[in-house]
Amino acid sequence: MGPVDLRLDAGRCLVLRGPSGSGKSLLLRAMADLLPHRGRLLLDGRPCESLRAHEWRRRVAYLPAHSQWWFDRVGEHFADPDAVDVGALALAADIMDWDMARCSTGERQRLAILRLLANRPRVLLLDEPTASLDRDNTCRVEALIADYRAAEAAPVIWVSHDREQAKRIADQILVLEHGRLAAA
Amino acid sequence: MSLILLTPLDLALAALLVLALALLSLRFRLGLGLQLLVAALRTTVQLLLVGLVLKALFANVHLGWVALMGIVMLLAAGREVMRRQQRRFRGAWGYGLGTLSMFISAFSVTLLVLLTVLGAEPWYEPQYSIPLLGMMLGNTMNGVALALDRLTQQVWEKREQLETRLALGQTAVEAVGEIRRDAMRVGMIPIINAMAAAGLISLPGMMTGQILAGSPPLEAVKYQILIMFMIAAGTGFATMMAVTVGARHLFDRRERLRLERITDGR
Repeated sequence: MGPVDLRLDAGRCLVLRGPSGSGKSLLLRAMADLLPHRGRLLLDGRPCESLRAHEWRRRVAYLPAHSQWWFDRVGEHFADPDAVDVGALALAADIMDWDMARCSTGERQRLAILRLLANRPRVLLLDEPTASLDRDNTCRVEALIADYRAAEAAPVIWVSHDREQAKRIADQILVLEHGRLAAA
Repeated sequence: MSLILLTPLDLALAALLVLALALLSLRFRLGLGLQLLVAALRTTVQLLLVGLVLKALFANVHLGWVALMGIVMLLAAGREVMRRQQRRFRGAWGYGLGTLSMFISAFSVTLLVLLTVLGAEPWYEPQYSIPLLGMMLGNTMNGVALALDRLTQQVWEKREQLETRLALGQTAVEAVGEIRRDAMRVGMIPIINAMAAAGLISLPGMMTGQILAGSPPLEAVKYQILIMFMIAAGTGFATMMAVTVGARHLFDRRERLRLERITDGR
């Protein structure tokens, strides 16, 4: 992988494309400091190493392609379940009381996005966040992220294979191939 | 009460039982027949050898010999701990972690009991120190092996969950906390069960041995209680230490999960 040089301004949305196995997830995970890497990461001019690792990850939030859940109930995964606006993604009003087993893949994915945003991160690294969603829910997620970007001036890197979606949301589109970034 | 001495013929009769079992498992195609015979042979040879070693040790009471025996037992236990793990730590950690935890825990508990409770003369009198250490290591080994196996197995299975927890800003300690607790419990449950069942459901081997050898039952019982307490403490401390250090070694300084530090199973 690399070398990769990337600068993202506040509130901008970068869509990342590339063939399977080209290292898109790898790049996002390295940016969240989840993988050992030799790169230099800066947030608002502050190097990654100046923050404790978990503090960095709270700010530079990575959403894995497959959502993971470990408690029995939905609400247990949230620090403050009542504060989460589940209606924004058309989820049932009482979903926080549900057993995880009752949630569909799509519901889990939308919950995972809400769980990530609840941390109020500074940067969003989203790995195919709408791959398991239908059109309506895809639009809702796009709108929610757009609102978040506008409200928090948060830059977003969005991995997507959907060219139509890229046109809708992207300020910039880059392709990752053979470990290098190129303009689309 | 006098001790009935066993002749080789007596043992040969008992061996016929094992042979019958081996034939039966051959009949059922368990694939265990040969393994069973090898294990029975090993038990015979190993115990005879250790009997000879103990005989020599008792005849030449010297701290150096006792310590050497203890170290050999420890190293064998360490090897066994490593062998029993499907996914073990790579490099020196694979052998070192279990062995070091057992060393610190089993040796210090045994030493404490030898010096303060028993007060034999000299304190390392092999008639007491070697059996005590042997029972400690045998049980500590079980606990540590179970706990470490559970730890690495669970971390491997739940790697995606762990990464998600980290990505959500949890510290490594928070992320691995439940797995760590679970591993410690698994290591300690056998001795807790053994203590709860002792006397009611099972007559512990050491106590039975002493009674067979002619000790008054209550004296044997007191020794068994002492041993049970030692094993509980030794197993518990060793398990906690091995799991704590092991769990920390699965993450690096930047709290990243480093799965390449464990092997990928057979």
